[in-house]
Amino acid sequence: MVPSPLVEVRNVSKRYGSLTVTANVSLTVDAGEVLGILGPNGAGKTTLFNIMSGDVAPDAGAVFLAGADITKLPPHERCRRGIGRSYQIAKPFGGLSVYENVLVAALFGGRRSGREANAVCAEVLELTGLMRKANRLAGTLTLLDRKRLEFARALGTGPTVLLLDEIAGGLTDHEAQDVVATVSAIRERGIAVIWIEHVVHALLAVATRVIVLDAGAKIAEGEPHAVINSPQVQRVYMGVDVEVEVGA
Amino acid sequence: MTIAARELRVERWTPASRLGAMLAAAAGVALATFPFWAPSDIMRLVVEFACLLAIAQMWNLLAGYGGLISIGQQAYIGLGGYGLVVLANDAHVNPFFCVPLGGLAAAAFAVPTSRIVFRLAGGYFAVGTWVVAEVYRLVFANIAALGGGSGQSLTALIGIPRDVREAVTYWIAIALMAATTGGVYWLLQSRLGLALTAIRDSETAAESQGVDVARTKFIVYVAAAFGSGCAGALYFLNALRISPDAAFGMSWIPLLFFTVVIGGIGTIEGPIVGTLIYFVMRQFLSDYGSWYLIVLGVVAIVVMIWAPRGIWGLLAARTSWRIFPLAHIVRDPRVDA
Repeated sequence: MVPSPLVEVRNVSKRYGSLTVTANVSLTVDAGEVLGILGPNGAGKTTLFNIMSGDVAPDAGAVFLAGADITKLPPHERCRRGIGRSYQIAKPFGGLSVYENVLVAALFGGRRSGREANAVCAEVLELTGLMRKANRLAGTLTLLDRKRLEFARALGTGPTVLLLDEIAGGLTDHEAQDVVATVSAIRERGIAVIWIEHVVHALLAVATRVIVLDAGAKIAEGEPHAVINSPQVQRVYMGVDVEVEVGA
Repeated sequence: MTIAARELRVERWTPASRLGAMLAAAAGVALATFPFWAPSDIMRLVVEFACLLAIAQMWNLLAGYGGLISIGQQAYIGLGGYGLVVLANDAHVNPFFCVPLGGLAAAAFAVPTSRIVFRLAGGYFAVGTWVVAEVYRLVFANIAALGGGSGQSLTALIGIPRDVREAVTYWIAIALMAATTGGVYWLLQSRLGLALTAIRDSETAAESQGVDVARTKFIVYVAAAFGSGCAGALYFLNALRISPDAAFGMSWIPLLFFTVVIGGIGTIEGPIVGTLIYFVMRQFLSDYGSWYLIVLGVVAIVVMIWAPRGIWGLLAARTSWRIFPLAHIVRDPRVDA
């Protein structure tokens, strides 16, 4: 029985000096959901991920995974409990091969034995289209492949919740479609996905629900197309004046 | 995630590394015969070489892999040396057995010390480790029973014939060289080594992929203290005399920087290459007084500017030579070679 909600972020806030980057944000995600997070640059999207993955400690609020309070747990412990994440600015292990990068994730995050980890690597590399480059040093990869590797490593940890931070940015339409297909396949396995993405059409193709952040606060939540078309979101996110909107 | 895909065939050895291993084994056997024919000054030189190589391997493990730039490893060299002297002179333990015991003493001190220095990061960690080493130096300089600031001689060796002492010291040195280099290789090939290499490349990413960074660094810190402690004990077994300034002095650190950085930081071969270069230069230049130090400094600067990854790093980047291969090479028709 999968607990519901699988992940809950409850009233988290984070300030750096006088700058509030996360203001009393709450959200929940269930297994099999794809929650999209939208918001302009500086809205606090990545900080929210950092609070969930444990890279940043919130000033207030709590994070729950499967009902357990994980707010005080270090990142590696959260990863082992099922939170897999990618970084917006790829952080590959540059001196290790692509295979070894995923191996680290499977051995430590996934707590797999050597044999199992090998099989996880094979599956994940196939799924993310990196198999051919398994022996390449991660430091020599192109930007696109680095993004794929971020995705592959996060998957390699065997997550129940996957946090994806702008993995479709800078991709061609065709490549973005591949990412959408992969995210759909992951969702069908019962993994909860939270996806920060500026490439809105990619996000809308797979998201079951969307929240919008602005200046650290959650300003909208709901069915993806309805949220996107709401006047408030159009104004803060798309830079479109509300008066232009028809039928508002 | 369900495991459905078939396993990949992974190789870790290459023909070059098999040849390298055989050559290293042959060199080890040849070195072990020295006491039967080589003059004692050559043997003393090999012992010194072994000590420096062992300490360099440990420092490379810390700095090159763990990202722990310690400038206080002399703390463990000194603790190993004093461990030897106290156990051999005062507790009457066989002085040769005291080499690993000196290492254990250093490791025992490293456990509480790590609690202090691990609170610091980056440059603060470096300075913190140096301060800790100075504290140890001052503490030992103030223990009258250990000879205070002037130190003491290793009297426990009186009564052991000179040729026996030299031969056993020498063999311990060969064993230490093999054990530290082999030990580092074994460690880096293991899961812990993979974690450590990941930490070297991105600490944040390693942590978020499930690597317990703090625990991994702690293990490496204590292991490096053990190795440096053994090397310190061996060094003072060879020198026959210890003083706080010699044991805990800062002069070890430029040597470590020189050997590891020139040779190639973050590779196992690097410290070996660097230590060889250092000893060759010392043999040829030591008659020229201060010119020796000037040339050493110039070589260091030239290498750091034109080959920042060291001489072995330069070779490894241009060739596929690996004496100590660590890579997992996937052999599969779906994968480019």
